[in-house]
This record gives sequence, structure tokens and C-alpha cells, in this order.
Amino acid sequence: MKNHVWRPLIVVFAIVAVILAFRAWYVPEDFGSHDRGFTFGFHRLSNEQEWKDFPSKYQSADYCANCHEERAEESANGKHATIGCQSCHGPALEHPDNPEKMPIDRSRDLCIRCHSELVMPSSARNDIPGIDPAEHNVDMECADCHNSHAPNLMEMEM
Amino acid sequence: MKRRDFLKNTAIFVTGAATVPAGLEFMTVKEALAATPDVRWGFLVDTHKCIGCGLCVKACKTENEIPLEANVSRTWVERYIIKKDGEVLIDSPKAALNGFTSKESDQNAAGMFKVDDEDIAQAFFVPKLCNHCDVPSCVQVCPVGATYQTKDGVVLVDRKWCIGCGYCVMGCPYAMRFFHPTEHVVDKCTFCYHRISNDENSACAQACPTGARVIGNLRDPEDPVSKTIMNERVGVLRSEYGTKPQIFYLGLNKEVR
Repeated sequence: MKNHVWRPLIVVFAIVAVILAFRAWYVPEDFGSHDRGFTFGFHRLSNEQEWKDFPSKYQSADYCANCHEERAEESANGKHATIGCQSCHGPALEHPDNPEKMPIDRSRDLCIRCHSELVMPSSARNDIPGIDPAEHNVDMECADCHNSHAPNLMEMEM
Repeated sequence: MKRRDFLKNTAIFVTGAATVPAGLEFMTVKEALAATPDVRWGFLVDTHKCIGCGLCVKACKTENEIPLEANVSRTWVERYIIKKDGEVLIDSPKAALNGFTSKESDQNAAGMFKVDDEDIAQAFFVPKLCNHCDVPSCVQVCPVGATYQTKDGVVLVDRKWCIGCGYCVMGCPYAMRFFHPTEHVVDKCTFCYHRISNDENSACAQACPTGARVIGNLRDPEDPVSKTIMNERVGVLRSEYGTKPQIFYLGLNKEVR
């Protein structure tokens, strides 16, 4: 071939070489089509491990009972048995090391998540005793009268 | 038929017939089983049990470091109020981060609507989260390979690789994806991949006080989620998109979108 063909071709080859070199340097070795094929599994494999190493905030549900047996038992026998400890006291993080003392959410806002009365036919919400938060002892904390761990409306002094 | 044609046709037929079993032998049963992973995460939502407390949303945002007050969430709970005259009101104030505490339904620009108690025919809650589809349309549209599906069926986003083009945000028929306000990349429900990979429950399912949300392994026939899906009448959202969603709902009706 003649010179005028080779000269631009060399430039093209050089550009391609630069692109390939950049790609080899930039794209990690584990990048490629993995278990789910090219369409769904084209990714950097080590990212899966990065997600697995994401730090947990909530401890498992039975973690608290390891030390707080009494509280756990009281709660387990009450009507709030299905509510996890960390829903009001959490998340546990690395308690008892960090934080040393768990926060306690005593706000009305927490209680009325479930106990604000709504008309919800065809939902389990209808079966939960409810109040109108705008009228029911507005200035008081729920825990002033109600036992949050094992609430019982029948045993309350009205 | 000439003898030459006969021989030619016979040769073609024999070659063809021999090709089929040759192709079938490509994969043995053992190989086929090995190719099927023994874990495929799926999710069951019982809309009858959901009480709209929003503890799942709070737990999810806390666990996964999504700013609480930012108006984005990996999961949310919708309230459906279906009136006796057929009108449907749907709302999800702050993704139900603080639960549903008011009888008023937030209809955005149209304002707050309060439906009279006696006008309500049906009212219920529907929790939503990423469907981790078998055919995830969001993954197909990613131009850089930043979002992908793992072997066990979880759709994840590579935060180092995402360029924030937003194709996947539009590609998801369920509007599950959003831009993370502080990470500045696309974010979505991971099924709490860090928890389920370490034998823990997902944050939302663990926080749910009524068991309306349960995560399970769809490959295990003894798993409670698999058992329910096999034995009960379950539905999925927007099956018409063909993405094969893997969140199964008990108690859906036609108003739920």
C-alpha cells in the first residue's frame, strides 16, 4: 500500500492501542459477565462482597434477650410481644459498647403509628385499639399511664 | 425418485437426526442442577396483616443509611381507601416513615381529603419494595454495567461504577430506584444483602410487628415463603410488564397499582 494510506492507518492503530491500554488499566480484572450472563450479570464481581460487608445497624431479634432476660420475658408475655425491642430502643448498633446506653423513644408519635384510630375495613389495623391523638390526653406521654412492654387496658385504673 | 436423490435425502436425514441427541447430550443432569443456584431470594407481603405502622420504613432507612428526612426511600407503605362510590384514594405520607396517624389522605396538589367513615368500602395498606425481578428491565438498560443481578437473584447497584445517568430509574416499572441524596448514585432496595447473606433477617421484615413482610428462599420447598406461594392465591404487581417480579402479595385487588 502507498504512504498516504499507511500514515492515517498508523494514527488509527495508535488511537486504538491507547484506548485498549486505558481500558486494561481502568477496568478491574473481575469486571465481566458473571452468573446471570451478559444481560443481567455484567458487573464488577467484588461489588457483591462490598455490599455483603455493609455495616449492620440492627442486631438480630433475640440479641437483646441475651442480657435483658426480664424485660424480654415481660414483653414476650404481653400484647406487644411481636414488636421488636429495637423498634423503640434501637437500633442496637454495638450496644453495650457503642452506644453504652440505648435511647428510648417515648414519644406519642411512636405509639400512634399503630394506635391512632383509623377506619380500615379489610385491614388488621381495624382490630387494634385506637384513639384520636388530637383529643386523647394531648399533653401527656402514653407511657405515663400505659405499660409499654405489657399493656393491658383491662387492668388500668380509669 | 432417483437413486442419487434417495441417497442424498437419507444422508441429510441421518445427519439431522444425529444432531439432535448430540445437542441434548451437551449438558448432563448433574451439570444442569449445578447451574441452578440453591438460593433465590423472594419476598411475601400479606396486605391483610399490614397495619401501616411504618416501622419497616424507619428500620430500612436507618439500616441502609438513607437520610430519614429526605423524600426518598427504598421501601414505602401505601394506603388505599376505596369509597363506596368506587373512588380510590392512595397516599403514602413521607413513604409512611412515621406511619399512618391521620384519617386525612394526602392527595398532593389537590390537598388533604378526609373520607367519612361510613363512605369507606375498603381500606388497607400495601407495602412496596424492589421486586428483584427475574427479568430486571432496570439492569438491561444500564450502559456501564453498574447495576446487576447476583446469582441468588438480588439486584444491586455498584456505587463505584454508577455514572448517575438515570436510565435504570426510568427503566423500572415500579419506581423503586432513586438518587441517593448523599452518595450521589442510584440507590435501591438490596433485600438487605449484607444481612441476608449473614443469616440475618432483612431490616424491614425484622421490624414488622405483624409478619406482613417475610423474606425467604424460593428454591427451598420447606421455606414458609415458598410454601405460601405454592399453596395460597398470591399475586404480583404489574405482571403485564413481563419483568417477572419476585415480591408476592396476598390480598391484592384490581385497585392496587
